[in-house]
Amino acid sequence: MYEKLTIHELRDKIKNKEVTIKEVVDDVFKRIEALEPKVEAFVTLNKEYAYKRAEELQAKLDNGDNIGILGGIPVAIKDNMCMKDTLTTCSSKMLSNFVSPYSGTVVTKLEEAGAIIVGKTNMDEFAMGSSTATSAHKKTTNPWDTERVPGGSSGGSAACVAADMAIASLGSDTGGSIRQPASYCSVVGLKPTYGLVSRFGLIAFASSLDQIGPFTKDVRDSAIMLNAIAGHDSKDTTSVEIEVPDYEKALDGSVKGLKIGIPTEFIKDGLNPEVKKAFDEAIEKLKELGAEVKEISLDYAKYALPVYYIIAPAEASSNLARYDGIKYGYRTANFDNLEDIYANSRTEGFGDEVKRRIMLGTYVLSSGYYDAYYKRAGQVRTLIKEDFDKAFADVDVIALPTAPNTTFKFGEKSNNPVEMYLEDIFTVPVNIAGLPGISVPCGFDSKNLPIGLQFIGKVFDEQTLLKVSYAYEQNTEHHKARPNI
Amino acid sequence: MREDYEVIIGLEVHAELATKTKIYCSCSTEFGSDPNTHCCPICTGMPGVLPVLNEKVVEYAVKMGLATNCKIARFSKQDRKNYFYPDLPKAYQTSQYDLPLCYEGHVDFKVNGEPKTVGITRIHIEEDAGKLIHDPYTGDTLVDLNRCGVPLIEIVSEPDIRSKDEAIEYMQTLKSILEYLEICDCKMQEGSLRCDVNLSVRKKGETKFGTRTETKNLNSFKAIGRAIEFEIDRQIKELENGGTIYQETRRWDDDKGIGYAMRTKEDAHDYRYFPEPDLAPIVLSDDYVNGIEAALPEMPNVRRERYITELGLPEYDATQITNSKKMAEFFDKAVAKCGNAKLVSNWLMSDVSRKLNEAEMEIDNIKFTAEDLGDLITLIDKGTISSAIAKKVFEDMFETGDAPAKIVESKGLVQITDESAIRDLVISVINENEQSVQDFINGKDKAVGFIVGQTMKASKGKANPGIVNKLIMEELNKRKNG
Repeated sequence: MYEKLTIHELRDKIKNKEVTIKEVVDDVFKRIEALEPKVEAFVTLNKEYAYKRAEELQAKLDNGDNIGILGGIPVAIKDNMCMKDTLTTCSSKMLSNFVSPYSGTVVTKLEEAGAIIVGKTNMDEFAMGSSTATSAHKKTTNPWDTERVPGGSSGGSAACVAADMAIASLGSDTGGSIRQPASYCSVVGLKPTYGLVSRFGLIAFASSLDQIGPFTKDVRDSAIMLNAIAGHDSKDTTSVEIEVPDYEKALDGSVKGLKIGIPTEFIKDGLNPEVKKAFDEAIEKLKELGAEVKEISLDYAKYALPVYYIIAPAEASSNLARYDGIKYGYRTANFDNLEDIYANSRTEGFGDEVKRRIMLGTYVLSSGYYDAYYKRAGQVRTLIKEDFDKAFADVDVIALPTAPNTTFKFGEKSNNPVEMYLEDIFTVPVNIAGLPGISVPCGFDSKNLPIGLQFIGKVFDEQTLLKVSYAYEQNTEHHKARPNI
Repeated sequence: MREDYEVIIGLEVHAELATKTKIYCSCSTEFGSDPNTHCCPICTGMPGVLPVLNEKVVEYAVKMGLATNCKIARFSKQDRKNYFYPDLPKAYQTSQYDLPLCYEGHVDFKVNGEPKTVGITRIHIEEDAGKLIHDPYTGDTLVDLNRCGVPLIEIVSEPDIRSKDEAIEYMQTLKSILEYLEICDCKMQEGSLRCDVNLSVRKKGETKFGTRTETKNLNSFKAIGRAIEFEIDRQIKELENGGTIYQETRRWDDDKGIGYAMRTKEDAHDYRYFPEPDLAPIVLSDDYVNGIEAALPEMPNVRRERYITELGLPEYDATQITNSKKMAEFFDKAVAKCGNAKLVSNWLMSDVSRKLNEAEMEIDNIKFTAEDLGDLITLIDKGTISSAIAKKVFEDMFETGDAPAKIVESKGLVQITDESAIRDLVISVINENEQSVQDFINGKDKAVGFIVGQTMKASKGKANPGIVNKLIMEELNKRKNG
């Protein structure tokens, strides 16, 4: 039963010796073993490592030592985060045999905070997708309806937390890959400000957009996880040198006087009526709690998706060029010369979605096209940022739905990439502007499929984001619902 | 027909910076270690790694920029140059594209006594690639990534160079500056300084440039000179025969003395440059740049002028000595010891250079010290040994590294200045060479030289040549008049 608890519930029980760390790990693995055949959230399980860690941490605790803010908490990480001596595949055939020789900064930070990394979770191949169905390994299902996708690309990380197969997890978010699956699976998903969490050891998809963040069962856990992973890292020069506050302290339960902006014009098209209804109810609730709701306009936000589909593939085409069959990863058996090694390894090693984006990216960076695409996308990106800056002059946070729809069935959108891309329409602008965003559960549609409410904050103002999310959550019951699986 | 043509050359010079660690990680830059021993996840392009710019690289590049009269960008950025090759594990080289660190500079130098200025378009920082090693036994190609991530600056000249000699002097000037700044070890044979030659020809009087070719990776002055000669000839011949010059990349085989086309413009890479998203822009303050400028050491051209005006060296000697910082420092120390700049210069220009060339050595590997050379010159100045003996002592010094005084003493090489002893020798030589005496009497002055030579030989070179000359004339005149 301990697998059902939150970090903040477990940490007290562990500290007070109401439960041993081993017992917690036992329960989590029992749950994984029971549900993994249905959910298929994990690419790799670190059972041996987990029990060894549990023993070490328990010994430290029994010795009266501080075991950290995540002391003994079983967590999972997305399979694009490098962990020393552990398979790190990005759910790609290309890296199906890649054992990382080093640990990324978030892994080190989780370990320093006392977390036990129980496994690596399934994802869309190289984080490209909104369904986790582009994984080369397996199809992760949505614990709320196993015929449907968990969202993506961090689908495994969302599903395992929703199904209590881990207490919390880490995902990465390039265009919505934490918030959208959080919304689909009814968990809390936080994408921090670009530069708050180190990317060192995160296998890059689009370097200027990627950011690591937590999936948790509630907002307090989100704050605790952020406390563990945030902060400047000398190994990542895009991580910003700022004083990191204690995010848990921001959770005062009040939204009184807080100004919340709603970009009505931007969200009116293509929004599923049931999602709209849940969103409107959430806004009413916030008003009720004392928040001041204001109309705002985000004139350029509608261009975020096309901008994203230029910048992200461009960076990806370069970031994924290193998978060439020479040094590590998949190498074709079929070659006579160097050209063949490159072409065949990449043809056989990458899936369709990855190839599609590499081609897109290669095209937009090509001589003669750079100015029309990449450069222009960069200019529009600046306009989108300025749009948000203007909005944030008047409001403290912006609220909008996380995704226009609830989860869809496997195969439903896989023949139409653009339809799939549209699922990211409300999440992508946040990455383009480098802002923090969070998705919290805000209800269910008529099929009992989860709906997410997204808040967007000012740069490095995760505190307000968590504060408003916490107040909303504590005054609603949505986060308490668990899937019947 | 060559006289009808003008040659247009621009050089792209790559200099490996002498930082202790690589440009984006903390691996050693040391040359010559076992393959793949100076590597880490970052420089081997493992998934998920990020670069962190080594600040020394910026400092060194700014030094070079200031020393070559460049403007220093207060805002510049790094870019990715994308291409596949097994020595490039990330499949992109991090370089600088449209905003280089230094730009619009120039260097001044002399070619055959004529002043020349070559413009510097830009100097940018970038990373070196690894090396492919072809195993002749198995036929395999192996990858050594030790050099991967070693910092480079690329110095791009304007197309201001008009001859092979100018190209070599320009390269020599850059090499001297790099050495004086102590930012590159300039070991061309190890590839730490190398250049690409962009070359075109046009009929004299034409104002439009001809089509240029780029000959890559020349790593000795000799190779630069020969490759340029070859390419000039090739292009002129091609044009004279009604052919076309294609814009292409060429390789120079120095063993065979032949250049080859590697790839043409049609199959040239599209490098898809774009700003490196993993690295913040490089923003430099005025204080930072001014601080580096204030700390620049004396440059070779300033030192050369000082040698000419203060020490009275001929321009040619001053240029040769100051070209190499180590040579100039050796010179300074030797002069400090003996006070005879002219003689130290003569020795360095002749015997020392000759021996170094023969042994293919650098001045810093020489066995004796600069002070020893100073002592040797003092021995000559004081008349303790003759110049002829000094040359023998020098050979010994070069072989053994022993101090000159020790060699002179142990081999009994002290000069004979005792007139009566020398007169005895002279008389015996004259007596043994009656024919020469007769020749002298008959007006053939040449005969004197022969007798001087014989006398020096009889003294084993130790007799003071001035005294020998004087006494021979005395004795011969005695015979003539007697």
